[in-house]
Amino acid sequence: MQPTTGTQPASFELVSVPVAFVLFLLLAFVVAAQTPDPLMAIQAWTFVAGIGITLGWFAKRYSEGVPEDDRGAYANDIVKAGVVASMFWGIAGMLVGVVIALQLAFPTLFYFDALPELNFGRLRPLHTSAVIFAFGGNVLLATSFYVVQRTSKARLAFGLWPWFVFWGYQIFILVAGTGYLLGVSQGREYAEPEWYADLWLTLVWVVYLLVFLGTLWKRKEPHIYVANWFYLAFIVTVAMLHIVNNLAVPVSWIGIKSYSAFAGVQDALTQWWYGHNAVGFFLTAGFLAIMYYFIPKQAERPVYSYRLSIVHFWSLIFLYIWAGPHHLHYTALPVWAQTLGMTFSIMLWMPSWGGMINGLMTLSGAWDKLRTDPVLRMLVVSVAFYGMSTFEGPVMSIKAVNSLSHYTDWTIGHVHSGALGWVGFVSFGALYCLTPWLWRRQRLYSLSLVEWHFWVSTIGIVFYITAMWVSGIMQGLMWRAYNEFGFLEYSFVETVEAMHPYYIIRAFGGLLYLSGAFIMVYNLYRTARGDVRESEPLTLKPQLAAA
Amino acid sequence: MAKHKEIDETSGTETTGHEWDGIKELNTPLPRWWLWVFYATVIWSIGYWVLYPAWPTLTGYTQGVLNQSQRADVAQAVGELKSRRAELGQQLSGASLQQIEADPNLLQFAREAGKSAFGDNCATCHGSGAQGFKGYPNLNDDVWLWGGTLDDIKRTIQVGIRSTHPDTRLSIMPAYGRDGLLEKKQIDDLTQYVLSLSGQKADAAAVARAETVFKEQCAACHGDDGKGKREFGAPNLTDREWLYGGSEAEIHAQIVNAKGGVMPTWGSRLDAMTIDALAVYVHSLGGGE
Repeated sequence: MQPTTGTQPASFELVSVPVAFVLFLLLAFVVAAQTPDPLMAIQAWTFVAGIGITLGWFAKRYSEGVPEDDRGAYANDIVKAGVVASMFWGIAGMLVGVVIALQLAFPTLFYFDALPELNFGRLRPLHTSAVIFAFGGNVLLATSFYVVQRTSKARLAFGLWPWFVFWGYQIFILVAGTGYLLGVSQGREYAEPEWYADLWLTLVWVVYLLVFLGTLWKRKEPHIYVANWFYLAFIVTVAMLHIVNNLAVPVSWIGIKSYSAFAGVQDALTQWWYGHNAVGFFLTAGFLAIMYYFIPKQAERPVYSYRLSIVHFWSLIFLYIWAGPHHLHYTALPVWAQTLGMTFSIMLWMPSWGGMINGLMTLSGAWDKLRTDPVLRMLVVSVAFYGMSTFEGPVMSIKAVNSLSHYTDWTIGHVHSGALGWVGFVSFGALYCLTPWLWRRQRLYSLSLVEWHFWVSTIGIVFYITAMWVSGIMQGLMWRAYNEFGFLEYSFVETVEAMHPYYIIRAFGGLLYLSGAFIMVYNLYRTARGDVRESEPLTLKPQLAAA
Repeated sequence: MAKHKEIDETSGTETTGHEWDGIKELNTPLPRWWLWVFYATVIWSIGYWVLYPAWPTLTGYTQGVLNQSQRADVAQAVGELKSRRAELGQQLSGASLQQIEADPNLLQFAREAGKSAFGDNCATCHGSGAQGFKGYPNLNDDVWLWGGTLDDIKRTIQVGIRSTHPDTRLSIMPAYGRDGLLEKKQIDDLTQYVLSLSGQKADAAAVARAETVFKEQCAACHGDDGKGKREFGAPNLTDREWLYGGSEAEIHAQIVNAKGGVMPTWGSRLDAMTIDALAVYVHSLGGGE
C-alpha cells in the first residue's frame, strides 16, 4: 500500500526553513533592542527564545545527516511531534482550567497582590486559548498531516515547510500565552493576542494552507476524501476569520498596543462572527474531519453515507457562518441581525446532526466493538456529545431561551459539553490510535487504562455540565425574579452565593477530567516506549501500524 | 475505479466504489427523517422572517408582519413593572417616614423596595445581611455613628460620609502618630487609656498618665467620658463595638494613622422613593431609634 518515493529532499528545501527562522530571529532581536516598552521587549525575547529552541531542534535533527523520515513515503515525525505537543498543551490548558475553576469557587486562591499574573483575569484566556488553540490546534495539525497523507497517498508537500508550520505554531502559542500572563491582550475573546502575534499566526497559517493544498494537489487518489474537505474548510475559514477579526492598526511597529479597525456594535458583531465560527470551523469542522477518518478506521467499517456527508458538509459550511449574532441577542445589535443569527442557528441543527449520524451509523455492523474497544467507545461517545451540544446550541440561540441562559453558567456548561465531550474525547480517541500507529507498536500499553480514562473523564464531564446547568438556570431565574411588589427578589451577591456549591462540583468534575488526561499521557508514553502491560492479554486484534 | 460498485455485506448497501487508506463509503440515501426535519427548520425560519424583523434592505430592514420592536417590548415591560409599584409607591412618596412605619401595608412595601435597593447598592460594603465588615458599620445593631433615627439614616444615605456632596457628613480624626502630633510614648499610654474605657485589661499607670492627653486631644469629639458625640460622628469608645477593631494593636494603629471610610452620596443616584424605602428598611433591621 505504501508508495515509496525514496527521494532525497533538495538542499534548498532543507535550508529554506531554517533561513526563514533566522530572518525572523533577527527581526525579533531588532524589536527587542529598539522597543521602549518593557512588555514588548519580553515578548520579543520570548520570540527569540522560541526560535532559538526551534533552530536548536533543527541542528540536532540534521547533525548526523538527513534522517530517514525525510526520505519516507510519508512524513511521520511531524505527526509524532504534534502528538507530543497535543499532550503537553492539553495537560497545561486543562490544569489552568482546574485552577480557575477553583478560583471561581474560592476567589482568594492563588491571589497575590504582587503577582497579577496569577489572577483569574489573566489565567482565563490562558485556559481557553491553551485548550482550544494549543491542545485542539496541535491535534488538528497532527491529525490533518497524518490523514491527508494517508488518504492522498502522497507525502506532505513543500519539503521542510510543514515543520515551519509546526514550530511556528508552537512559537505563537508561547508568545501568546506568556503575553496573557503579562497582561498583553487586545480584549477580543478567543482572539486576545496582539497584532504582532496575529501577523505571525497569519503567516504560519497561510503556509499550513499551502502545505495542505500542495499535498492534495499531489494526491494519487482520484477523489478527495471527506475528511480532507472538512480540514480544508477549517483551514481556509479560520484564516479568513482570523484576518478579518484582527484587522487593527498598531500604535507603533515596536510597541504592544494596537487599535481595532472596528468600533461599537460592528466591532461586537465582527468579534462574534469570529467567535462563533471559531466554534464552527475550528472546533467543529476540524474535529469532524478527525471523526471521518478515525471512526471508520477504528471500527473497520465503511462510512455510513457518502450522500449525507456531501449534504451536511455544504449545509454546515453555508449555515454556520451566519450564526454569530446569536451571541448578541437583546443588545445594541439591530433586531434583524439577531433574527438571522437565531434562524440560521436553528437551520444548523440538522446539518450538525448529519455529522453525528454519519459518525454513529458507521458503527452499524460493528456495535459489538464498543464493548471490547475503549478507544472506539471514546470516539463514539464524543459523537454523542457532539449531537447533544449541537442540539442544545440551537435551543439556546432562540431569543426567549437566550434571555434566560445568556450571561449565565448555562453557557459555560454548553461550551464544556462540546469541549470536553466532543472535542476532547474525539482528540483522545485519535491520539490513542495515532500513538501505536506512529511508533509502530503492536497495541497500546494498556487498554484497561483507556477504560479508566474513559470512565473517570466521562464522570467528570457529567459532574461539570450538570453543575453548570443547575447553576446557570438557577442564576438566570434568580436574576429575573421579581416579588409581588415589583422589586427584584435577589441581589446580585445572593446569586453569586447560591452558585458556590456548584462551582465546587464543577471544579471537582474538571479535576476528574484532568486526571483522565494524565492517565492517557502515562499510557501513551509507555506505548511510545514500546511497553505492553503484561497482565493484559491481547484480546483485540493487534493494531498494526497503519502506515 | 468507480465503475463496478460493490455491495457491503453487513448492510446490503452499495458502496461508492472509492477507497482511501482502507476506508470505503456506503452510498446510503439521506435519512428521511433527517431531511424532513431539516426542511421543517428552513420553513420555520422563513415563517419567522415573515413575522419578525429579518432581512436588511437598502434603506432599512424588513419589519415583519407582527411589527415587533425590542425597544417597544422593553418600554412595555418597564411600564408594567412601574404600574405594579405605582399605587403603593405613590402612597409612599406622599407619606412621612414615620407614617410609613405606622402603616403595615406601606411598611411592607417600603421594606421590600428597600431590601432590593440595599442588595444592589449597599450590600457590597455593608454585607448582604447588613452585618458589616471591619471598616464598614453593622446596620443591625443599635450602635450609630451619625444617629439611628429615620431622619438621621435618611440624611446619611442622601449626603454620604466624607463624600463629594457639599453637605456631606464629615469628620476627620487626626493622624496623631503619622503627623507627629503626639509622642510615641503618649500614644502608647493613650492606647491603654482607650482600652480601659471599654473595661478591657489595661496598664493602670499608663491610663493615669494618659488622662490629660485624652482630655486635651480626644474629649472634644469623643466626649470627656469617651462615649462619643454623634454631631461629629465620633464613636463611643466605652462600648465594645469597634469599626476598626478593639485590640491593643488595632486601637494603637487607629491613633497613629486614623482611617476614615467613605460612603457615597446616594441623593443624586437613587430617587426619593427609593431613599425613603432604604431608610425605612435600614431602620427596621433591628437597631432603629
